[in-house]
Amino acid sequence: MADDRERAEILVTGVHKRINDAFQVFDHDLNKTVDVREIGAIVRSLGCFPTEAELLDIIDEVEEPNGFICFERFLPTMSKILMENKYRPIPEDTLLKAFEVLDQQKKGHLEPNELTEYMRQGDEPFTQLEMEEMLSSAVEPDSNLIYYKDFVNMMVLDGER
Amino acid sequence: MGCGMGKAAASLGKKREREHISVPAATAMRAALLIQRWYRQYVARLEMRRRCTWNIFQSIEYAGEQDQIKLYNFFGYLMEHFTPASSERSLISHIFRENDVVHDTEWERYFCYKSIEVSHGYHGPHLTFPMTFCEASKLVEAFKHKQLLHSRYVLQLLGEAWKLLRILPNINHVSTCHSKEITICGDLHGQLEDLLLVFYKNGLPSSEKPYVFNGDFVDRGKSSMEILLILFAFLLVYPNGVHLNRGNHEDHIVNLRYGFTKEVLGKYRVHGKKILKLLQKMFSWLPLATVIDGKVLVVHGGISDTTDLNVIARMERHKYVSALRPPKSSRRSAGGNRRAPCCTEGGEERNHHGTGARAPAPGPGSRHAAQRRSLHSGSAVEEELRQRRQQAGLSQSLQELRRLVSSSSSSDEDDDDADDDGGSDPQPRTPERDEWKQMVDLLWSDPMAQDGCQPNQVRGGGCYWGPDVTEEVLGRHHLQLLIRSHECKQDGYEFCHNRRVLTLFSASNYYEVGSNRGAYVRMGPDLVPHFIQYQSSQTCRTLTLRQSIGRTERSALCALREQLFAHKSDLLGAFQHYDPDNTGVISLKHWASAMEGVLKLGLPWRVLRSQLGTSTQDGMLDYREWIQDLVFSEPKHELSNASILETMYRNHSNLETIFRIIDTDHSGSLSFEEFRQTWKLLSAHLKTEVDDDAIADLALSIDFNKDGSIDINEFMEAFRLVALAVPS
Repeated sequence: MADDRERAEILVTGVHKRINDAFQVFDHDLNKTVDVREIGAIVRSLGCFPTEAELLDIIDEVEEPNGFICFERFLPTMSKILMENKYRPIPEDTLLKAFEVLDQQKKGHLEPNELTEYMRQGDEPFTQLEMEEMLSSAVEPDSNLIYYKDFVNMMVLDGER
Repeated sequence: MGCGMGKAAASLGKKREREHISVPAATAMRAALLIQRWYRQYVARLEMRRRCTWNIFQSIEYAGEQDQIKLYNFFGYLMEHFTPASSERSLISHIFRENDVVHDTEWERYFCYKSIEVSHGYHGPHLTFPMTFCEASKLVEAFKHKQLLHSRYVLQLLGEAWKLLRILPNINHVSTCHSKEITICGDLHGQLEDLLLVFYKNGLPSSEKPYVFNGDFVDRGKSSMEILLILFAFLLVYPNGVHLNRGNHEDHIVNLRYGFTKEVLGKYRVHGKKILKLLQKMFSWLPLATVIDGKVLVVHGGISDTTDLNVIARMERHKYVSALRPPKSSRRSAGGNRRAPCCTEGGEERNHHGTGARAPAPGPGSRHAAQRRSLHSGSAVEEELRQRRQQAGLSQSLQELRRLVSSSSSSDEDDDDADDDGGSDPQPRTPERDEWKQMVDLLWSDPMAQDGCQPNQVRGGGCYWGPDVTEEVLGRHHLQLLIRSHECKQDGYEFCHNRRVLTLFSASNYYEVGSNRGAYVRMGPDLVPHFIQYQSSQTCRTLTLRQSIGRTERSALCALREQLFAHKSDLLGAFQHYDPDNTGVISLKHWASAMEGVLKLGLPWRVLRSQLGTSTQDGMLDYREWIQDLVFSEPKHELSNASILETMYRNHSNLETIFRIIDTDHSGSLSFEEFRQTWKLLSAHLKTEVDDDAIADLALSIDFNKDGSIDINEFMEAFRLVALAVPS
């Protein structure tokens, strides 16, 4: 029992440290607060994959009236998220399958306007800027096509840094 | 037959199938949502990396500025405690030399261009005076084609501009009623491409197209001289269309370190020294601020809770040749406790004139609290300095020092430093010091998020000021907006303090290609700022977000690894402190503490860990192996004494600054004796001791042509760190 408790403690401390480190990067004035607009980056950099709506839920829980987020309130909320493994990462093959679903004709690639159409609809569409950025890294310049398998590989590789 | 028909039918059927096949909408939506979720996560991770990279560059940059100020303060202290005859004093005294014996007319004779001939071999632009729009545009074209302006024309142009600057007021007052809009630019830092880009997008300056340039025209970039010449040329043509504000880099002391001095001496080998001297004076004559329509204040750094534009309007701004140096009379009366107006201890002075500000919470600077090495408080520091001086072999004894301090102080009424109470006396407030502080605050301050006003310890000069101070100062002066520069921003501009303060930065790719955009502002009579952003290099516009972050990151990590290498011994010592049993491994937590303790850069070490080539097992790090991996190319000369090498790397900016100060004739080389004195000065400034033999060895080994003198540039080059190994 004592061992378990000790292990749990170590686990919790580790989680707290990770949250603290990520928070610190965006805490410009080192006064334990960050701007609410940075929360998305912080939560995601800790390995979570929330939707925009889920992010708004988190913000609702921790936001102060002045538009900032304090570490004291953020820590327990974020710890719970990490311990419960909420907003799990999307495995690489699932991502690949998602692209394959969109590629109805099984061409192995997508056209930029195809991808744009999908990305800019739905409940949480991409903004113009997001779309441009995605296309700039996804589109193969010579063919003007998106070879999504390569694209997925590249993003995963970057993520492993 | 049947087959053919069948085939046709089949293929037709298939075609129809293709046309009508559609992924069930729900499945497609789910897939799209998944991809969106993934991609946003990916971008967030990139943002994290970008932010870390930014922090690295910024903290190294600001630590450098702080370093510079400390070095300068140290020299000032030395100056005041040495007999005039001592050789050490004479080495550095010229940077403190007074100019008031010689009148401006005599200086004009000294700076006269007429005796300089332009040879037939010169292919650069020929200027005629008085300056016209054509001549100024010709100059711009010439610089676009990378031509160099002849020193004769340089001195002539600068001389004319100097005359004009001397009749300008401290605060430019500009109105938008004459022209429709006014354009405001921030820091340019010698990056000519950015200025040219602004002119391309916005047009050249004129009466109908007025500009305000908000300081920091020079240093760091390669074309500071060209930028100055262009700005002064247009100033001459349109004195009411071009408004220049002084920045903290329009300062000859700062220029010694940050590249402008080097640039001028490199481009103008014969007349460089004269040009620098003239620019030194011109910088002191640059106006300090611009006010648009009585409502918008434009100033390079910022404000403090004591900022008073009436005081600023009245002062004799040219007294402050360098903003780092206190006014003459204060120095004499302060005796041994001269200190910069910044970095005063605690909140005592602050609270006198805080506008109901609460006691400063741990705000900015608490990251760098450890860095707060005060050079200024009382006898503890004096004692330390005395020891350093003795170690350095400098002659002054404590007795002589005390005699000197008490004799100089007894002759002044308002000095209260003569008593040896060992405590730290707050600097006596005199009108001169107040005035000086006003000026330093304008040029060096940064905004902070929380209320209050604190000394800016990160930079070593000016203040951090909060939103309440903004409201109070703007209110007091009936202003509605403060536009300032001084800090690099990723998008070229950034609002803070409820959109009452705007930071504007016009040097794109400042830290590295792709690191940031530059921006300028256009403003009409409605005084609503409109922003135009740009990024100067062709290549970086085609870089994806990922590529530009990667590139900037590599550059930042390289700079950081240089710092790590320079502090190798200290790091090893710090690690070993956490490893009393000598196991060779320490925990990550201890590693991070040791890193921050030694480097004091306030960086998130654990987050950076993986990119600094560390791998852990069970959360423990093999620190000896890690230090080994901080590999670098062999320097061109092997030195037996490893610690002197490290000292040199760590302090190469300081070293170079000291070299340039000592090289009074700007010849680019030092005698062995001057070289030895340089090292003595440096070691007196630092904690480490450097012994004579090591210095002698060093000198001999780098005197390549064995002529008894050392070329500064070759010396710095020989020990440049060449591409540290990148961990895979």
